[in-house]
Amino acid sequence: MSANLIPILWDATLQTLYMVAISALLGTLGGLPLGVFLATSQRGELLSAPWINKALGLVVNATRSVPFIILVVAIIPFTRAVVGTSIGTNAAIVPLTLAAIPFIARLVENAIREVDGGLIEAARAMGATPLQIIRKVLIPEAMPAIALGLTLAVVSLIGYSAMVGAVGGQGLGDLGIRYGYQRFMPEVMAAVVVILIVMVQLVQSLGEWIAARVDRRAPRNRGR
Amino acid sequence: MSGMAQGAAIIFDRLGKSFAKADGTPVMALADVSLEVPQGSITGIIGRSGAGKSTLLRMVNGLERPTEGRVEVAGRDVGAARGAGLRAIRRDVGMIFQHFNLLASRTVWSNVALPLEIAGTPAARIRPRVDQLIEQVGLSALRDRYPAELSGGQKQRVGIARALATSPKVLLSDEATSALDPETTQTVLELLGQINRDLGLTILLITHEMAVLRDIASHMAVIEGGRIVEAGPTYDVFARPAHQTTRSFLSGVTGATLPGFVAGRLHADPPGDQVIRVTFAGRHATDPMLARLATERGIAANILAGAIEEIGPRPFGNLLISVDAARGNEAREFLEQHGLLTEVLGHVR
Repeated sequence: MSANLIPILWDATLQTLYMVAISALLGTLGGLPLGVFLATSQRGELLSAPWINKALGLVVNATRSVPFIILVVAIIPFTRAVVGTSIGTNAAIVPLTLAAIPFIARLVENAIREVDGGLIEAARAMGATPLQIIRKVLIPEAMPAIALGLTLAVVSLIGYSAMVGAVGGQGLGDLGIRYGYQRFMPEVMAAVVVILIVMVQLVQSLGEWIAARVDRRAPRNRGR
Repeated sequence: MSGMAQGAAIIFDRLGKSFAKADGTPVMALADVSLEVPQGSITGIIGRSGAGKSTLLRMVNGLERPTEGRVEVAGRDVGAARGAGLRAIRRDVGMIFQHFNLLASRTVWSNVALPLEIAGTPAARIRPRVDQLIEQVGLSALRDRYPAELSGGQKQRVGIARALATSPKVLLSDEATSALDPETTQTVLELLGQINRDLGLTILLITHEMAVLRDIASHMAVIEGGRIVEAGPTYDVFARPAHQTTRSFLSGVTGATLPGFVAGRLHADPPGDQVIRVTFAGRHATDPMLARLATERGIAANILAGAIEEIGPRPFGNLLISVDAARGNEAREFLEQHGLLTEVLGHVR
């Protein structure tokens, strides 16, 4: 591989990291409350609002049904309205975030549902408000599962970010297509794949480490 | 155990609860339940699973709402309370659970602090209070451990400390010892008894084990099919069980179970020896009544099963004897004259 390809690979790696980090962050900001609401708003639950729950569920399912590459193109007018342009790395963050929110919401919803109902009952018996139950019981108790869910979401976003070359989003996937495939430079393709594998491995390991750290459900060797 | 009893801490007044099943048909969980839980007492409600005891307990802190009648705690109508009013009542009613319901993500200390955080107590006042509660239940050495690192008995102690955090007037116990081994059960019951005496806290507990009531309850009620079938001071109910369900619960704990070889041959009418249950209560429990029956009346009683134990501070005995059927009535008269209770169970050949 010629030396002048190294800066190009480096730039593409940073672009991927940037897109994934920002969309994961915004996706969590949107997906976490949405997931909590989906988990607690069914009939008879803490924030019982069955109709809103059903409506939001439909929207979430609809968004998740659209193939990502279609979503990228379909929302171009929206993207332009939000970031002022429909091409470039910043423009790519819009569809990535929009895909991340419902995905993360479902993961968070499942994590919250796994929390033992006895804990909710105990908190209600203490005189806790629904918001206190969510903040002090549901989210902390679901944290190990939420951490693993977010890991899964970030890994998926790394995959999605390869498709945003379609709107000039750049990044590793785009580099692989343009140099590796269209310019017949298999060594670039190989480098892109290796970097992506390493990136996913690091994210997965970091996520599992965090999940294990917040998980107190099993006794831990204290080294005493 | 509750010499201080005066007035009622909890009043159930013609309480009813029915649920609608998925297909709309109503299911009755509780019907016409009236019961007063004396101030400062340990009152136990016993029933089989599905009898409605859990629903009844959850009425006291409004986790369930009555569909008929009233529940009053310290003079406040729980069923009518909503929102902030209901949450204020709940802070006056502590609750402990069969499966402890501790937060796995919080340490012992932090679990006990939770109700105070929820009540909005300033951190500076939470710290000394939680330290004191943990000391009170004997867990100071484990304050930074997580629930997963504790035994069942230790977890229930955390549950008790947590339930006491907001200085409630009433403690509800939902089968709190049912998941514990017999030895641990004893230590947890002793802790509850001590809290009852030291703090004058009224405890309402539900259980399916008569032994729990025998060991700590001053008052008890038996629930069956959503109705209270028998209630009163524990000693009186043990001594004179009136309802079949009560007797069947009792047979397991008072040494009054018929041995298999007798039970199989028992029939209602003569011929054969008369099988009599003799209940010794109060000071008579220690009198040698069977010896006197033999020497004064010449009636030899055959002892089939029996035990003498304590309910609260008072001795209580239960004996199954068989005597010659022809002299059965005479024997029973003699025993009754001397303050014992008798009941004919049947005859064996």
